Amino acid sequence: MAKVLIDPITRIEGHLSIEIDVQNGKVVDAKSIGDMFRGFERIFVGRNPLDANQLSQRICGVCPISHGIASSKCLEGAFGIKPNNNGRILRNMMLGANYLHSHLIHFYHLAALDYVDITALLKYKGGDSKINNLKSWVENELKVKKGRADAMTAGAPFLPRYEGNFYIKDVDTNISAIAGYVKALEMRMKAHKMVAAIGGRAPHAIGLVPGGVTQVPTRAMIREYKKHISEIQDFINDVYMEHVIAVAKTFKDYFKIGAFTNFMSYGLFDLDNEDKKFMLQRGVAYGTKLGAFDPNKIKEQVQYSRYSSGSNLHPYDGQTVPNPQKGGAYTWLKAPRYEGNAMEVGPLARVVVSYLSGNTAVKTEVDALLKMFNADISAVFSVLGRHAARAIEAKLIAAELRNWIDELEVNGKPRSTFDIPESGEGMGLVEASRGALGHWIRVKDRKIANYQAVVPTTWFCGPRGDDGKRGPVEEALMNTPIADPNNPIEAARVVRSFDPCIACAVHVVEGDREIGTFKVC
Amino acid sequence: MSLNRRDFLKMMGGTAAAITFPSVMIQGCKRALEKAAERTNVIWIQAQSCSGCSVSLLNQVDPDIASVITEYISLNYHQTLMAGTGSKASGVLEDAVKKNRKDFVLIVEGSIPTKDDKYCTIGEMDGRIIGAREWIEKLAANAKALVSVGTCSAYGGIPAAEPRDGSGNPTGAISFANLMKGKTVLNIPGCPPHPNWIVGTLLHVLLKGMPELDDYGRPKMFYGKTVHEQCERLSDYKAGKFAKYWGDAGCLYQVGCLGMDSCCDIPARKWLGGVNSCTECGAGCIGCTEDVFPDFGKRGVFKHLNARNENLVKPEHRVPAFNLRNGGIFNG
Repeated sequence: MAKVLIDPITRIEGHLSIEIDVQNGKVVDAKSIGDMFRGFERIFVGRNPLDANQLSQRICGVCPISHGIASSKCLEGAFGIKPNNNGRILRNMMLGANYLHSHLIHFYHLAALDYVDITALLKYKGGDSKINNLKSWVENELKVKKGRADAMTAGAPFLPRYEGNFYIKDVDTNISAIAGYVKALEMRMKAHKMVAAIGGRAPHAIGLVPGGVTQVPTRAMIREYKKHISEIQDFINDVYMEHVIAVAKTFKDYFKIGAFTNFMSYGLFDLDNEDKKFMLQRGVAYGTKLGAFDPNKIKEQVQYSRYSSGSNLHPYDGQTVPNPQKGGAYTWLKAPRYEGNAMEVGPLARVVVSYLSGNTAVKTEVDALLKMFNADISAVFSVLGRHAARAIEAKLIAAELRNWIDELEVNGKPRSTFDIPESGEGMGLVEASRGALGHWIRVKDRKIANYQAVVPTTWFCGPRGDDGKRGPVEEALMNTPIADPNNPIEAARVVRSFDPCIACAVHVVEGDREIGTFKVC
Repeated sequence: MSLNRRDFLKMMGGTAAAITFPSVMIQGCKRALEKAAERTNVIWIQAQSCSGCSVSLLNQVDPDIASVITEYISLNYHQTLMAGTGSKASGVLEDAVKKNRKDFVLIVEGSIPTKDDKYCTIGEMDGRIIGAREWIEKLAANAKALVSVGTCSAYGGIPAAEPRDGSGNPTGAISFANLMKGKTVLNIPGCPPHPNWIVGTLLHVLLKGMPELDDYGRPKMFYGKTVHEQCERLSDYKAGKFAKYWGDAGCLYQVGCLGMDSCCDIPARKWLGGVNSCTECGAGCIGCTEDVFPDFGKRGVFKHLNARNENLVKPEHRVPAFNLRNGGIFNG
């Protein structure tokens, strides 16, 4: 039994670990372990409901906009109001811009370094001054720090890394992707300018409130927002998409690795104020079988989670009592289940549900990629399917933003008004860039009586359910080939394809005889 | 792109008057690059954080973030950005602890749980899972400077908030300075902090030495004035014109703005290179740079349950500046 611990898995948001059991070079068991707990839900109880709207964005600094919107929506439910048209559209515009930031950061700054070889810079012979600057930087780092006390961190943060014969070999592709990495830093920052134009700031927009947003859609605001769309859109269509395709062409195996086939989407971008019409559809899919979504079928189980509170509860009644030393428990994540099933959420889930729902824009994009790779629909249930779904989504969203601007009532009120009732309850469902996000609130005596957030990463990185069945990431890791337990980059690629929002460690167990412990990344 | 004097002064809000620019900033020759390889090592630990401070750092412009990490600092450990995973990552921390290296600045993002190390763990050393608290204590013993980025690290922030049922903070979360009792910790609070505050403070430390700090460990150049006195809506306040609801024209005091009691330069500096600010967008300040955020005693962020204006003490009747710590003010 070879125990390999990947801890921490970097280039994701937060603290997570995964334990895998490898036999004959393949994963035969896996555990996903969340390594951090803050107790937000307990801290919220007894506060002014409006505080939750601001504080809940701090659950995640990468997708605060979706938390802010989910929170606003659950408050609206509890207050018995709806956003006005401007409020709904401005929220979509903010969320859309934040998606572009999040998807770009995920591909280039989090996932790409699993595929791209930064040392290819040393072989660069071209004349681009920016690339040559980077090349000299890498050269000097390696030369100057050699033999010094800080040699270990030469080339940081790009080195050290897993070493092996598993990076892209083609120099031009590597250089192009590295240039993309640098350019994407600027593009995602510009996407955040668009978020801030409406939300006041980014991350942690201050202007999200029940009923809509606080920023009036003035001509100046619209001008600032519009200014960046074309450049980001061109980058997504011409560069991001091409790099995803280049990775897919080089690593075709990953169309067969990392499969999971249960999907759920709450529906992305509200196109009406009734929670019924979406740009990407709401629904549930088991393989290619589509079903309707019913929020009452959501339960959270905690048998394998470090909580002493009750299991299999609906989020309205959810409890969060931590017990760090609970026997048999291995994670801080709960195990959310839909009709008792573990579900994958995120770009792939949204794309699959929309595809099966007959969304023509999604179908066109997906079919074009499948044709390019001469593959059938099953190819999308994979690591590469997740990356492709993310790129397709970014492309479709960037194309939609201008249309939403045209629907705004310029200089009109950006929100509806409310009174906080003595008591009430509300549910706020939204699709974060990482997947289905729900906030549930109970208000009593005009204060928060209970607050529960079921976040995307809990859906896919959660542990076994009470029935002992694995969560989506755990299941997707099954059968993943691991060529070198000291450098299990394959497992890291599977985990990162989900875009987790917590930090991870992966343990690898081989056979039943322990031959040592290795740490891997 | 290298940082010129004008950019540096701009980032400092023009308060750092005369700066002689060091030769290390001159780019393009081999000597400069060798010098660049000696840029200050930074170990950036995320404990109970949301990564919002790191995302905010990525929004840095002039100099952009790519220049910051290739020309000014060496970002040796940063969980969200570094290529290395697992042992390749935790090995950097182990190296800094075991080799007794004294050549790095330790930055902490997020609060630190003290009730049980299991509330936040980061990698292994010698076959044992190590808690964030233990790493930070061990690294801090070697670090040449200690910096808190963000309100959670500076003062505890939301993870250190007190549940209203009196059950005590679930994880015993504390600030970096609290863990480091007796040592100087430079605080760059904000939820999130503006990237200029982070990069500007670091560059000030590297180029000019310690900036002048206020009573809460914050550089005065960024946190020296209240939001209110720099507010875009100050003339409305003076004219007695108050917004009745979020997004309306007028001073936002009566819809819960805490700008009179909170210190930072956002209305003047603005977010994302001048795009918008907390007050300009019609929401108002939530006091996120203050040590009492988000509890404000028993008050919370929003005192009243809706934005009604009756029963409010008029602004001119209250004691301005830092009254948040004394049991709360009276606005909506």
